[in-house]
Amino acid sequence: MSQTGAPAVFSPWTDPEAKPLIRFRGVTKRFGDFTAIDNLTLDIYEREFYALLGPSGCGKTTMMRMLAGFESPTEGVIELSGQDIAPVPPNKRAVNMMFQSYALFPHLSVYDNIAFGLRREGRGKDQVHGRVQEMLRLTRLERFAARKPHQISGGQRQRVALARSLAKAPKLLLLDEPLGALDRKLREETQFELMDIQEKTGTTFVIVTHDQEEAMTVASRIAVMDEGRVIQVATPAEIYEAPNSVYVADFIGDVNIIEGRVTPGEGAVSIDWAEGEPPIRAVTDAQLAPGQSCHFAIRPEKVTIDRERPDRPNAFQGKVIDIAYLGNISTYHVRLSGGQMVKAQMVNARRLANRPITWEDEVWVGFSETAGVVLER
Amino acid sequence: MRRFLLIFIPYAWLLALFLIPFAIVLKISLSDVALARPPYAPQLDLSQGWEGLRAFFAGLDFDNFTFLTTDDLYWKAYLSSVKIAVISTVLTLLVGYPIAYGMVQAPDRWRPTLMMLVILPFWTSFLIRVYAWKGILANEGLLNQALMWLGIISEPLTILNTNTAVYIGIVYTYLPFMILPIYAALEKLDGSLLEAAEDLGCSRLSAFWLVTIPLSRQGIVAGSFLVFIPALGEFVIPELLGGSRTLMIGKVLYEEFFSNRDWPVASAVAIILLAILVIPIILFQRNEQKQREAEG
Repeated sequence: MSQTGAPAVFSPWTDPEAKPLIRFRGVTKRFGDFTAIDNLTLDIYEREFYALLGPSGCGKTTMMRMLAGFESPTEGVIELSGQDIAPVPPNKRAVNMMFQSYALFPHLSVYDNIAFGLRREGRGKDQVHGRVQEMLRLTRLERFAARKPHQISGGQRQRVALARSLAKAPKLLLLDEPLGALDRKLREETQFELMDIQEKTGTTFVIVTHDQEEAMTVASRIAVMDEGRVIQVATPAEIYEAPNSVYVADFIGDVNIIEGRVTPGEGAVSIDWAEGEPPIRAVTDAQLAPGQSCHFAIRPEKVTIDRERPDRPNAFQGKVIDIAYLGNISTYHVRLSGGQMVKAQMVNARRLANRPITWEDEVWVGFSETAGVVLER
Repeated sequence: MRRFLLIFIPYAWLLALFLIPFAIVLKISLSDVALARPPYAPQLDLSQGWEGLRAFFAGLDFDNFTFLTTDDLYWKAYLSSVKIAVISTVLTLLVGYPIAYGMVQAPDRWRPTLMMLVILPFWTSFLIRVYAWKGILANEGLLNQALMWLGIISEPLTILNTNTAVYIGIVYTYLPFMILPIYAALEKLDGSLLEAAEDLGCSRLSAFWLVTIPLSRQGIVAGSFLVFIPALGEFVIPELLGGSRTLMIGKVLYEEFFSNRDWPVASAVAIILLAILVIPIILFQRNEQKQREAEG
């Protein structure tokens, strides 16, 4: 990525000198016969906003609970600032967690909820008060300090939970599906609020989510997980543009996946994917043997759709089967002559009435040699 | 119409089974003892018409209540009853809370069985179970025999016919009434709250004090009242397990009624007992209402 060279961009993972805040080394967690986390190794750096993304049951919550101290690894070591945290109980860790259910104490006011952790530290009254006020300001909850959790809205509860977990100024804040209970609009607003707070406080955030848009929006890096393993760790842009596997490509965003066999060539490879269709030409770094089976993944917005044959390295004829009109964009489902369905996305620059392509039209889909990625698995 | 019926049924029930009997007892408490059947006067004689009614009301007075203040037996009995009821309620709480807590911690599949075991004693007559304690607590009883056999004591302990036996009996009898509301409160407790408390720096013990206890408060209050209210007027347990020196108002009431056949004084004793009970009952109702508000 172009970010790599620029010093202003935050990317400690590219710096070999940087010391990670958290280090998972060969961590495995089993519950009876079930392996929740399978030999996991990864680094999380200070001030990162790190997202664990995956379907439910992929082990992301188990990872988070191990960081918080509610579970201990069956094998392997978890280090926080270079120290093995296995013997440290949850109440002694410089780690705080924001629970999925928020877990606000129903018998305490908003103020007392936020002060709860500070009071356990045995700080002075004035110090506690000052810090709570600071947190109330940060989360814009000053007016609700005296309310009980059941007297405020879901979005406000979410902010109380955040304020409470940030009050002790932890080295690491864990967020377990923090926005899951909010409706879409509020969730989007809160995402930016979270990023803002993360920047202001300089805390390292690890967020667990199954919502890929959320991960893309907030995270500095995303770890895509499946069945207890990390499939890919990269920035949102890399995850989207250069997924390392069909699983990641398919999990993040919309994608066309075409299966075929490779013929290496100069500069670009050719992929034979259907009888009677010209091969797909694609540029790739992957070392592929002739005849090796592979998957070609391309995002719908990188596929163009035209009435005439476009002057592009890859062009295939087909018929429009379905159009999903989303207002700003439209997704065209095109059946190619070979029977494969391909999705192409177009920005609706013109008004609906002027749209040149409609159902049952014979069209051409096209894309460049660098638009898609060739995946071995 | 349907709403009226729905409201009418519980009120009719209360009227017939609480308010009318209460009015009768109140009336007897204001009467004088008489060698007659029933053993009090005046009797309401409606055949005399208006005159009869006036004579009836003229015959009522507060003499029995005044009498209760002249003999210190009565207020001592009330005080001793309150003391015994309070101590037994605290003891029941101390025994019941850990049991309820243990039940909630137990694996899900055990819970119905544990619940069953708590309720099981109700399948046997209350009287028989209290009688059984006589056999256990007597000087030559099972408990003393076991302790002597184990060599813990050399002389049998005198437990039966003391207040200790009364406490044991009350705690044993009312334990389920304490366990069940606390269990219900603890079962609703969200486990992530305890994790959150730990995450914020609590030890297990302080999380218990700061989260578990306050959140099971409603259950504790409900259970305590369910034990305290019947324990205050308890008669069978002090009669069977307590000694001659165990003074409880239930026993006084029984003696006034059956031994002395002084129905008016017995009724006055009952009215005052009810007045004492009204205070905790109102507090209990308030607690229930608060809980409903908190949940609603």
